Amino acid sequence: MNKLLYLRDVATVRLDETKCTRCGMCLIVCPHAVLQRSNGSIVISEADACMECGACATNCPTGAITVKAGVGCAAAVINSALGRKGSACCCVVEDNQGHPASGKQSSCC
Amino acid sequence: MLSTSAGPIPVVGSSLTIEDKVGAVKARWKIGRSNFRVDPGLYAVGRPDETSPVLVTANYKMSFDELRKNLELVSAWILALDTDGVNVWCAAGKGSFGTSELVQRIQSSGLVRIVSHRNLILPQLGAPGIESHRLKKLCGFKARYGPIRAADLEQFLESNGKATPAMRLQTFTLRERLTVTPVELMGAIPHAAIVIGAYFLIGLLGGSGSLIQNAGIDGAYAAFALGSAFLTGIVIAPILLPWLPSRSFAIKGLFLGIALSMILALVRSPVLEAHGIVETFGISLSVIAICMYYTMNFTGCTTYTSLSGVKKEMKFALPFEIGAFALGAALWIVSRFI
Repeated sequence: MNKLLYLRDVATVRLDETKCTRCGMCLIVCPHAVLQRSNGSIVISEADACMECGACATNCPTGAITVKAGVGCAAAVINSALGRKGSACCCVVEDNQGHPASGKQSSCC
Repeated sequence: MLSTSAGPIPVVGSSLTIEDKVGAVKARWKIGRSNFRVDPGLYAVGRPDETSPVLVTANYKMSFDELRKNLELVSAWILALDTDGVNVWCAAGKGSFGTSELVQRIQSSGLVRIVSHRNLILPQLGAPGIESHRLKKLCGFKARYGPIRAADLEQFLESNGKATPAMRLQTFTLRERLTVTPVELMGAIPHAAIVIGAYFLIGLLGGSGSLIQNAGIDGAYAAFALGSAFLTGIVIAPILLPWLPSRSFAIKGLFLGIALSMILALVRSPVLEAHGIVETFGISLSVIAICMYYTMNFTGCTTYTSLSGVKKEMKFALPFEIGAFALGAALWIVSRFI
């Protein structure tokens, strides 16, 4: 499979195997097949393909997956640094809780 | 209108009108984009009954239309969440395509009285906003994630809710890259106009010829060079993306900028005069900075860049871009007076 890979070793996705029930929900929601089933257990097989959207962590029933979720968008990072919130970009700026922030103003997308 | 036990429900067709299509093209070009939306709530496609599937989407009209146009053979209910006219994926990232909005919309639409089953089909790209394991407890409905692309929905429904691995993978093909380019282009026009205009005016200063010669040769050349830098960063970079070296977008842009500035210098060389070297460096650095910046900016349009990665590359790229641009502009001004 021709994967879309971004910078090496920066993605913050982590899997706590002791909490994992192997339900496979993360395999369904991940749009980049970052996680795979290997001999029954779930493993992070391609972390460089992770875009930190947070779908796996949000849908994990046991909280076994953590990721510092956000949108990989340079304009959003600049807007955040400048303290702008209602940016012209569709991206939300990161927040501190590892969950996409809700209720922020934005005009497009 | 389709009359149901929860009142009349609007019926929508599965074929798009010319107006729908024109609206979509305009939205791609950033025209009327924030008002391209449908009212949130429940809709019927075809002749759905109490056993028909319930498909959830956003109230961005492009998302809504993409869904219904792929339901030629299936009758279904569409539940459009209020995402403020934002597409499913972006809205899920913000949380407006989210668990609480879904639960509220199920209640306000009277869905429990309309269908006898308790199953929802959510778009896979809505997953960042929905805690699917909590839904049953919160509203009685069980959620299942459908394919990423609405075009795969009929096959997904036919195979009893089985998605092939390909249906679950997000791509970023040449066509997809080009589709998201016009919005970037439109967004950059004000900045590009200011920068190109300023470089043209600087071309009128000093120099050896008359004002008209300056404008026709030096000013026009500078404007052409800068204009091509914007186009390269905004349009050529997305086209060549997979073939440009490095995973970092800024470095991809750096390669493009160096290549472009070499081509520009070659174009310019027959009319270069004594001030040529300083001018060449000035224009080249400006061109490289613009190519890098706009290629880096394309991370916001991609389907695969992460926040951690973007922050990492910006840490070195942004100061470099600002420095290169400032130095380039300074050299371009200096070159007019030596």
